[in-house]
Amino acid sequence: MKQLVVNNASLALAFMLVLVAMIISTKEKLHLAKDIIYSIIRAIIQLTIIGYVLKYIFQLNNAWLTILMCLLIVVNASWNAYKRNPNARHHFRDYLETFLALFISTFVTLGLIILSGSLKLVPSQIIPITGMIAGNSMVAVGLCYRALNSQFRDQRQQILEKLALGAPIKTASLPILRESIKTAMQPTIDQAKTVGLVNLPGMMSGLIFAGVDPVRAIRYQILITFMLLSTTSLGAIIAGYQAYRHYFNDQQQLNETN
Amino acid sequence: MAILTLKNVSYTVDQQQIIPDLNLTVAANDFLTITGPSGCGKSTLLKLIASLATPTSGEIIFAGKNQLDYERPLYRQQVSYCFQQPTLFDQTVRDNLQLPFEIRQQDFDQARVTNYLELVALPANFIDKKITDLSGGERQRVALIRNLIFPPKILLLDEVTAGLDSRSKEIVQDLIRQLTQDKITLIQVTHDSDELKTAANIIHMKQGGIIDETISR
Repeated sequence: MKQLVVNNASLALAFMLVLVAMIISTKEKLHLAKDIIYSIIRAIIQLTIIGYVLKYIFQLNNAWLTILMCLLIVVNASWNAYKRNPNARHHFRDYLETFLALFISTFVTLGLIILSGSLKLVPSQIIPITGMIAGNSMVAVGLCYRALNSQFRDQRQQILEKLALGAPIKTASLPILRESIKTAMQPTIDQAKTVGLVNLPGMMSGLIFAGVDPVRAIRYQILITFMLLSTTSLGAIIAGYQAYRHYFNDQQQLNETN
Repeated sequence: MAILTLKNVSYTVDQQQIIPDLNLTVAANDFLTITGPSGCGKSTLLKLIASLATPTSGEIIFAGKNQLDYERPLYRQQVSYCFQQPTLFDQTVRDNLQLPFEIRQQDFDQARVTNYLELVALPANFIDKKITDLSGGERQRVALIRNLIFPPKILLLDEVTAGLDSRSKEIVQDLIRQLTQDKITLIQVTHDSDELKTAANIIHMKQGGIIDETISR
C-alpha cells in the first residue's frame, strides 16, 4: 500500500485554501469569515478527537464499544436532523421520532450490507460505514422536514379544502408527503447518476489513494451507492410519515402557526 | 327540528376574540343567510361549523350530537364547506371530482359526475379539461360539484357567487335554489344585494362577531 503523506507542514500550507474562502467572503461582504473560522476550528478539534478515539477503538476491537460508537453516531445525526425541522415542537417525542427514522434507516442498511458479506465485523469497517450511512440519512431527513414545512405553508389552502371535503389528514397531505420524500431522495439519485462522471466519491477516492486497484475500488463505490439509496429512502419515508401529523391538531385541523 | 345548534360559542385567536358567546339554532332544510361587514367573523363562524377550527368555548351540536364526538372526516362529509375562490387540485377537472370518491373509497362514477356537470351547465367532456384553462365561474362550479357529488346534510357557502360573471352567478344561484328543495340545509355568507333581497332568514352580524339582527320573512 502506498504511503499517504499529509504532515503538519503540508496541512498548514493547505490552510491557504481556507484563506481563499475568507478573502472572497470579505471582498464580497458575505460576512462568513467568522463562521468559516468557527467551522474550521470545530472541524479540526472534532477530527483530532475522533482520530484518537477511533485509533483506540480499532486497537481494542471490542464489540460493545463498536456498538456504542455506532449508537453515538446515530444519536448525534438524529439531533442534527431534528434541529433542521422547522416544525419541531421541542418535545422529546419529536426527537425520538427523528431518532427512530435514523436508527432504522442506518441499521437496516448496515445489517443488509453485513449479511451480504461485503463488510467484516471489525470496528475499522463498521464505524466509518455507519457514519457514512447515518450522515446521508441525516441530510435526507433534514431535507424532508424542510420540504414538508415549505409545502404545508405554500399549499395551506389546498389542504384546508381537502379537509373541508372530508378527507382524512393523510389523504389531504399525501401529495405533499410524496413530494417531500422525493425532494429528500433527489440528491442521492442525482449523485448516483453522475458518480464517476463528475465526481469520484470519498470512499472510492480513499481506496485509490490507499493504493487499491480502481477496478476493485468501484465495487465498493457501487455498494455505497446502493447503501445510500436505501438509507435515504428509508429515513425520509419514516421521518416524513411521522412529521406530517404534527401539522395538524387533535381535531384534525391545520395548526394555525404553519 | 334543529339540525345544528351553537351554544355559547366563542372563538379567540392570539388573545383577540373573533366570536363572542354566540347562540344559534338552524332547523333542518333551512336556508340561512349570514351577512355583515368584512372581518366581522362570518367566515370564521362557517369554519367553526365545518370543524376547520374549534371553538375556544361553547359547543356545536349537529344532529343531536356534539361536533367533537364525530369522527372528524365523517362530520365534514356531512357538514361541507365551499370556499370563496376555491383552489382546484392537480391537473384536470377529473382529478378534482375524483377526490370525493377517493375519500369515500368508492369507484369513480362517470354517470353521476356527468349529471352534476349538467346541473351547473357544463358539458360531459368538461371532465378532461385542464384546471388552468377554467374561468373563475367554471372553477367555482367545479368546486361546488366537489362538495355536492355526495350530498351533505349541511352545505356552507362562503360568498361563492362573489366575483363571478353574471352567467356563472345565475347558474350557481339556480343550483342553490334547487338544493333547498333537496333536503340540504344551507348556510350562506353573502354581501350580494340580490341574494339578500330574496333570502328568507337573514342574520346580520356586526364587528366583534355579535349577531345584530335576525330577519325571518
